[in-house]
Amino acid sequence: MAAPERTRDEEKERRDDAFSALYRAHLRDVYSYAYYRVGNHHDAEDLTEQTFLQAYRHFGRAQEESKGRPLRPWLIRIAHNLASNYYRDRSRRPQTPIDDAGPLSAPHTTEALVESRQDLERILAAVHELPDDRREALIMRFALGMDNREIARALDRSDGATKVLLHRAIKQLEEIVKKAEGPTDPT
Amino acid sequence: MTDRVADFESLLRQALVPIDPPAELEARLEDTLGSLVGMAADELESWELSAVKDPKNWIRLARPAAAVVIGSGAAVGLVIVRTQRKRHGRRLDAANRLDLIGRTVRDLSREARRVIDDVF
Repeated sequence: MAAPERTRDEEKERRDDAFSALYRAHLRDVYSYAYYRVGNHHDAEDLTEQTFLQAYRHFGRAQEESKGRPLRPWLIRIAHNLASNYYRDRSRRPQTPIDDAGPLSAPHTTEALVESRQDLERILAAVHELPDDRREALIMRFALGMDNREIARALDRSDGATKVLLHRAIKQLEEIVKKAEGPTDPT
Repeated sequence: MTDRVADFESLLRQALVPIDPPAELEARLEDTLGSLVGMAADELESWELSAVKDPKNWIRLARPAAAVVIGSGAAVGLVIVRTQRKRHGRRLDAANRLDLIGRTVRDLSREARRVIDDVF
């Protein structure tokens, strides 16, 4: 009777340790995703908290089903579902593309690499004009650095469909930005 | 064309930089998750205790112990019955009372081994 209890306790302890590691490794990813989805820090904090609470509840099953594959796509999928509910429940969309204190205040090491603030703001505004699935794919690729396979798992699509989605998202974004810049001088 | 795409992707990467979570959120989340982990362990312990205290669980908890007691009793009874059956033959074969006791002990142990072999 004592042995199975000890085994269960040890198993729980191992699972808790693994969850702590997952939390430490991906807190920034989940927060970045949440922030770019909802457009403000306050709601991004709520969404991040809810994501990890839900992840904790289902972590054991996710570990078994992942068969050793990385759990980041699963975590982002939870955030994605919660963000969808967030919009549905409160009937709202991000009113302003992004907080003033957002990504542009993040530290850049080399000033030469940084384009003008206006250019980056224009791109961010354009990102928020994209359809939801294209916007999310871009956030996952560029803010979180996820590869096609991870994005495919997070969005529950095939690798091929994800590649096409990303390609179309970038193309559409370029068009939106170009349009916002106005007609170029032919001379 | 490829350069233009690469430039645009580079701009996109700069626009969508990862965002560090506020320190308060990290602290709050660590507290929440820490207490969740603790709470789950407490719940597990209290469930074990309440399972023993709750009379509804007594039958369930007592079942294995009862099985061991009943099973052991039945096995002992079987050994005695089988040994008893052979008592006439032992009396006839025994040279004296001491020899009879020795033969009875040997029969008992033989029957006990047979019962153990049958059970396991």
